[in-house]
Amino acid sequence: MITAENLTKYFGTFAAIENVSFEVGRGEIIGFLGPNGAGKSTTMRILAGVYPPTRGRAVVAGYDIVRDALRARAVVGYFPERVSLYGDMTVTAYLAYVAAMKGLEGTRARQDMAYALASCSLEPVRTRVIGTLSKGYRQRVGIAQALIGAPRVLILDEPTAGLDPEQVAELRSLIRELRGERTVILSSHVLSEIEATCDRVIIINRGRVLAVDTPTNLNRQLRRTSEVYLEVVAPDGDVVQTLRAVPGVLSVEPRANPGDGASALLVATEEGRDLRELIAATVVGHGWALRELRPVMLSLEEIFLSLVATKESATETPNEVRRHLPA
Amino acid sequence: MKFAVICRRELYAYFASFVAYVLVAVFLVLSGYFFYSDLIFFILFGGFTLPTGLWQFFFLDTRQVTLLVLPLVTMRLFAEEKKLGTMELLWTYPVRDGDIVAGKFLAATLFYLVMLLPTVVGPAVFFAFHRFEIAPMLTGYLGMLLLGMAFIACGLFVSSLTENQVVSAMVTYGILVLFWFLTWNEEVANEQLVRLLLGVSLFDHFFNFARGVIDTRDIAYFLLFIAFFLFLTMQSLAVRTWRGVR
Repeated sequence: MITAENLTKYFGTFAAIENVSFEVGRGEIIGFLGPNGAGKSTTMRILAGVYPPTRGRAVVAGYDIVRDALRARAVVGYFPERVSLYGDMTVTAYLAYVAAMKGLEGTRARQDMAYALASCSLEPVRTRVIGTLSKGYRQRVGIAQALIGAPRVLILDEPTAGLDPEQVAELRSLIRELRGERTVILSSHVLSEIEATCDRVIIINRGRVLAVDTPTNLNRQLRRTSEVYLEVVAPDGDVVQTLRAVPGVLSVEPRANPGDGASALLVATEEGRDLRELIAATVVGHGWALRELRPVMLSLEEIFLSLVATKESATETPNEVRRHLPA
Repeated sequence: MKFAVICRRELYAYFASFVAYVLVAVFLVLSGYFFYSDLIFFILFGGFTLPTGLWQFFFLDTRQVTLLVLPLVTMRLFAEEKKLGTMELLWTYPVRDGDIVAGKFLAATLFYLVMLLPTVVGPAVFFAFHRFEIAPMLTGYLGMLLLGMAFIACGLFVSSLTENQVVSAMVTYGILVLFWFLTWNEEVANEQLVRLLLGVSLFDHFFNFARGVIDTRDIAYFLLFIAFFLFLTMQSLAVRTWRGVR
């Protein structure tokens, strides 16, 4: 549905993105993950048609985004990071304007508007002027305008930023409803956000793609050792010593005490071995109470650190250095 | 027909804001006062004909008010959208740059017509008391329309260069007043230069219309002026293809 080949965008001499390539299949939900300034928005803007790439090409639903720009834009719904809408219009007037801009007329326009209003829960504010709406509602009007015209591809740049938890949950379920019928690209710098909704993740840093994979695979690959966090109430025993004796366990680190007699521990195990059952059995076998046991997932920062460490420093010169090198 | 959608949206924006009403009101008060005083002048001191005794003065005076007001009408056309960031979404809709430029130009022109049409009230009352030949007056209005569209084209272009509305209005004033003062100080230039300057001066081309004379060279000049600035606007929008939006 989307093919990006070596997308590069320069702003002056600064390369916002360099040789970004990826493919997104039909009906897939893909997440762009990266810190601020990594090039997520630049890539999404190029795909949405805000500006063309300096080099490289992208094809959306069979249309080249530069040579067939109008047709490509017609199949894409875009939600910009900085949601700016015409504050002087009412919600319905604005959505009618968007429908007309996307070339919809009559019944089709009315159907799409009704769908957008309903799926973004905008019914209660439909006659309100956009400028007087709260941030959450304005954000939803932004999503609604992207949905109009039933675009085959949705590009959502940080759609949940600034929403309260309830609204985030609503938006997630809306995105999940679209799974299969629409191709969705969404960006975030929060890992859990991406994990909750996306089939695959594209990790991007300093304008380059570092990894493309499913969230679980990324987590598995990048953990050099598997870690398990557990809380045990063991008033009459040495949990640390006991667990160290379990085969496959590399180390047991006590963590900050959660209080009321429990001890918190971080258990590192050999890579690729899931020792959760064994650890649980050991604890319970000693007659201790097991309060919590969960695998430790990597935070975004850790993923970056390990990706940067394993990929970039060894094989490639960072952008900044490269620009100062003779060609 | 996307330009019609853009045009409707722009007209909505104009009339949703009280600024539009202030601009129209001030324009009408000033042009109305000019018609009144020019008419008194004509009656007291006389002129041989209406075109050279009344219409000429009325249109030359109203031209000044137009110069004052139109850059304030056009300053927001692109600058506001760039500032607010609404331009970004506009780029992602399946719409040609030409439609955007045409829609905004048409909207400002229609707004100008809304401003200009009520000025007919003064002459109409005058007509009720004293029948006169209306063709010279209509010629004057044709000149006003062309002049206004030229101002709008220039203002539209300048607005596409900046996201600051004050800068947009001020630079438009600069360009338009320069086209006016080109022939202000004729004494310092030699004859050939004056002839050349007269050829490109906005206001000298307006003068014939004000006196009720239609000259195809004047019409051609205004159309070229408008086309030139609309072309520049298109080029200015195309800048995003080789530069970042922000």
